[in-house]
Amino acid sequence: MSFETVIGLEIHAELDTKSKLFCSCPTEFGANPNENTCPICLGIPGTLPALNAKAVTLVVKAGLILNCEINKESHMDRKNYFYPDLPKAYQITQYYTPVCKGGYVDIEAAGVSRRIRLNRIHMEEDAGKLIHLEADGVSLIDYNRAGIPLIEIVTEPDLRSPEEAVAFLIALKSMLEYGEISDCRMEQGSLRCDANISLRKKGQNALNTRVELKNLNSFKELKKALEYEEKRQKKLYTLKEEDKIVQETRRWEAVKEETIPMRSKEDADDYRYFPDPDLGPIIINDTLIREIKKNLPEMPVIRKKRFRELYGLKNKDIDIIVGYKALSEYYEALVSCGAEPKVGAKWILGSILKLLNEKGLKAEQIPIPPEELGKLIEIIEEGKISITAGQEVFSEMFRTGKDAENIIKEKGLSQISNRLELERIINSVLSNNPQSLSDYAAGKKQAAVFLMGQIMKASKGRANPQLANEILDERLKKGLL
Amino acid sequence: MNPLEMTAFEIRREIIEKQFSAKEVITTFLERIYEKEPLIGGFLTLCREEALARAERIDKKISRNEQVGSLAGVPIAIKDNICTDGIRTTCASKMLHDFIPPYDATAVKKLKEADGIIIGKTNMDEFAAAVVSAGMAPIALDSDAGGSMRQPASFCDVVSLKPTYGLVSRFGLIALSSSMDRIGPVAGNIKDCVITLEAMQGEDRLDSTSVRHSIKEDYMSTIENGIKGMRIAVPDGETAFSLKSCIEKFKEMGASVEDISFPMTEEALSAYYIISSAEAASNLGRFDGIKYGYRAEDFRSVDELIERSRSEGFGEEIKKKIILGTLVLSSKYYDAYYNKAQKLRRKIKEQFLRVFEDYDLVLSPVSPVLSDIYTASIHLTGVPALSMPWIESRIIGPHYGEGKIFKAAYALEQELKEGNKNEL
Ligand SMILES: [Zn+2]
Repeated sequence: MSFETVIGLEIHAELDTKSKLFCSCPTEFGANPNENTCPICLGIPGTLPALNAKAVTLVVKAGLILNCEINKESHMDRKNYFYPDLPKAYQITQYYTPVCKGGYVDIEAAGVSRRIRLNRIHMEEDAGKLIHLEADGVSLIDYNRAGIPLIEIVTEPDLRSPEEAVAFLIALKSMLEYGEISDCRMEQGSLRCDANISLRKKGQNALNTRVELKNLNSFKELKKALEYEEKRQKKLYTLKEEDKIVQETRRWEAVKEETIPMRSKEDADDYRYFPDPDLGPIIINDTLIREIKKNLPEMPVIRKKRFRELYGLKNKDIDIIVGYKALSEYYEALVSCGAEPKVGAKWILGSILKLLNEKGLKAEQIPIPPEELGKLIEIIEEGKISITAGQEVFSEMFRTGKDAENIIKEKGLSQISNRLELERIINSVLSNNPQSLSDYAAGKKQAAVFLMGQIMKASKGRANPQLANEILDERLKKGLL
Repeated sequence: MNPLEMTAFEIRREIIEKQFSAKEVITTFLERIYEKEPLIGGFLTLCREEALARAERIDKKISRNEQVGSLAGVPIAIKDNICTDGIRTTCASKMLHDFIPPYDATAVKKLKEADGIIIGKTNMDEFAAAVVSAGMAPIALDSDAGGSMRQPASFCDVVSLKPTYGLVSRFGLIALSSSMDRIGPVAGNIKDCVITLEAMQGEDRLDSTSVRHSIKEDYMSTIENGIKGMRIAVPDGETAFSLKSCIEKFKEMGASVEDISFPMTEEALSAYYIISSAEAASNLGRFDGIKYGYRAEDFRSVDELIERSRSEGFGEEIKKKIILGTLVLSSKYYDAYYNKAQKLRRKIKEQFLRVFEDYDLVLSPVSPVLSDIYTASIHLTGVPALSMPWIESRIIGPHYGEGKIFKAAYALEQELKEGNKNEL
């Protein structure tokens, strides 16, 4: 029997605001436990929330970027439940009226383009974090994250494979980054993804029982977890044991590479949602929408098209460069410093990505300013140093932050293009290798390649290869005469 | 010169004119409290040291001829559900027996900025009024958290105002029913009520329900303008004996008083109970024994810690409210109760406000059932209402109609002061 996989995603992204959603505490990552708290985000009796206007602007921006309809009037609701990481015993979220309705993201996976519809985008506050010290038998609470502004983006069940789910998340992440809505750092939890997955017979319209997957903290985990769950469910359908597929939440265990049940639908809380009486309606007028629209940054799709037309890059290369906002900005800066577009791309895709990966750095952390790399490229193009030497200079720049000229000077790497100096080196190589000379004379043209290698070695790679080759050629021919 | 026999307005004046010092005022009131407190039990916490220290600071200001605020040296009692920085705030509940807020409620902060002196925290329910009535403080801040159905002031010989919802910031008022809770002044006379309200009203960026309708009105400058031409409505059939003389006085002073038929029903009571319970159930969730307040001693899990702390820490009445509130918000009953109550609330608001298109003020009825319906309606609609000691009724105004209420109440107060209060 042929099955179809049905996947929907729920993505939480931390909004890129300076302060929390309802108080003025900072949102920066890495503070000491409970350092970023105040009576409001701790839910001390008597305190009240006051909505961060910047957060509202960012949600509207996200909605416009993701083709949503913006609700002119929306409300914040309370989601009531007890948990020690939730200071007020309710989360302020949007249940009845989200800021954004509908919307879509176009994706491409396995060569197929598809439009994935969104259900909604709403705004809500994050909860704190529990730290269990098993050995001491105590639990500690860090409320730094309590009140951090989030958006939840909910898709329709439009995704048909784990690959599509990953392609969607990559596209969405890149759009949120380009829109400066979220910094989307999955490893810091500022982008989190839950997935709903079910299987059905090909051609069937109705949806079967779905399972919710949690703890999918990277693209890799998302793909693996969905593949695992797809396989698990397929097996149960094949064995006619589909009654074992129940509506439940399962947790992806990255180490064991399996999903395990967390809670069933019966255990689900009744959250008793109701409009938060402490917060008035959120009114979004046309002026605000116009203002945000006017200042929308260039989105990845548009930038890709522009890079293709303006710089003549290959699609595969564009996908990588534009895939990271900071990388594409670095590229443009490099080109505007005078680097030839294709040469610039080669540097980015080669040396830069390699070293970023090696050092575990992000695209926004490239330690060489683009104008400095531009200078290095210029020096190489002018033939002042060899490409090999250029690589060495680059690594040194990356490591120390020094500029190219200084490194070349310090290391004596500048290319030898002086004819007299080259002749001197070549003469000494030839006199040290009489055998090669006779080989060449005997018709073994290979000997020239060997001699060229010796010349480069003797010059510590600094010999201008073109000129050296020219001189060697002359000398060999002379020798023959 | 006895501050105990003076209004707050007079106390401030005499302090500025150096007839007595702020410190003497505080000492005098503290003595009064020590004398009366065993009979009344109005205070949960006294702020003797803090009050004396603040009084000294104000005396210093005066001795240096510096400007002082509108409540300079006036002792003020604060209800114990309003947060005071560093001073125990318990809501008279076991749950918060040891809670010391790290901040001042905005209303308290503003009273302090006006150089008022916090003298103590009063017990819940009617005690704010009792404390003023017993002369233990000329002014108190009251809040019928959750909109209690009682009308304390009318029993205690004092004036008490419930201001328009949103006029005084709720920031720092320990929430019970967020859409109804209000802080208001209690005083021995109308003008003291006015200066207290003027000192604490206005926009607060920490309370979103206040920001939206921020006004800053000076009631005092118009309070003596009289009520000539004012249109006052009296609900049909409620020209009770106790209201009769009051109505006569209003007429004598040039107001028109008319009977109106008012479409108020007992539905208002249901809507009020449902909404206030729902909000209370949610607001009281944070008292879980984790971060502050009462924590059960014996528990084996987090769930048990929360369950036991709440079972042992809350009183019976509150538990009933939480249970009702939880029910009406549950997904199964949300539409039938909570949603329906909100629709009713909108309807009641429309009806109520329509009356104010034709009338400046409404006198609330006296009979118990109707009176309760009016109280519920005042809570649901957020209109201001003032209780006076000499009439059983309350004077109700439109939103932000405090100015009109004060004019009428002051006129009546002057009339009655000149004549014999007992004639009513
Ligand atoms: Zn905070």
